[in-house]
Amino acid sequence: MVQIKNEMRISFRAESCNEALARSVVTAFVMQMDPSVGELADIKTAVSEAVTNSIVHGYRGTKGNVELLCRILENDVFYIRVRDRGCGIEDVAAAMEPLFTTAPEEERAGLGFAVMESFMDNISVRSSVGKGTSVIMKKRILSASLVKAGAAEDERC
Amino acid sequence: MGVRIETEESTVNAYLDGEIDHHCAPGIRSEIDMAVDAGSPEMLVLDFGEVTFMDSSGIGLVMGRYQVMKNIGGRVCLRNTPKHIKKVMHLAGLDKFANIL
Repeated sequence: MVQIKNEMRISFRAESCNEALARSVVTAFVMQMDPSVGELADIKTAVSEAVTNSIVHGYRGTKGNVELLCRILENDVFYIRVRDRGCGIEDVAAAMEPLFTTAPEEERAGLGFAVMESFMDNISVRSSVGKGTSVIMKKRILSASLVKAGAAEDERC
Repeated sequence: MGVRIETEESTVNAYLDGEIDHHCAPGIRSEIDMAVDAGSPEMLVLDFGEVTFMDSSGIGLVMGRYQVMKNIGGRVCLRNTPKHIKKVMHLAGLDKFANIL
């Protein structure tokens, strides 16, 4: 059983103005893990992609909430689940292909999942048509491990 | 978040700032397109020096402007790109379409 060291849940309306809110809240939570600037930028970008997908595709033309569940797991692993109760994805594998988009007229690049896969250590997507989508991502905060290793070294000196 | 536009001779300089995401990209897009429509420039420079965050919505914004400039026989240059934004651009292969400085 993986130990959960801290946890946060937040739910907000699927409005595009809340994309920045989601990034800010997740940043505040992750800061306690002492991430590097690069690690934090990676997480913010991946979260922004997942939340935007829920708003643009999950709830297209309908109302609903997006729920974030953030956890700090053992070994300095950051966990986030982005969940919506929207339309769901019929073919998850196709949706995860780079350049796949159902909204080219809005200049959507179709790179959301490619960014999430590239910037996080792993991603899993569960979706059910008519019920919604959950995107779970994890990333180990390596700089946190280095800070702890440095502190242990200092104690020995 | 927003954009400041300066037009000089055959170049439109668009100085972007703040966070570029799906929420604010349409407003930035329309301001740049208005300046391009008005000036028919040979070069569109997108300056990212004051941009603090960008996700793939920014990639859509750049690729869309690339298409707009291509349609009028012009080019796009991306300038002052911060490291973490360059990472998103390289992932998208934007370096194939425009100079990233």
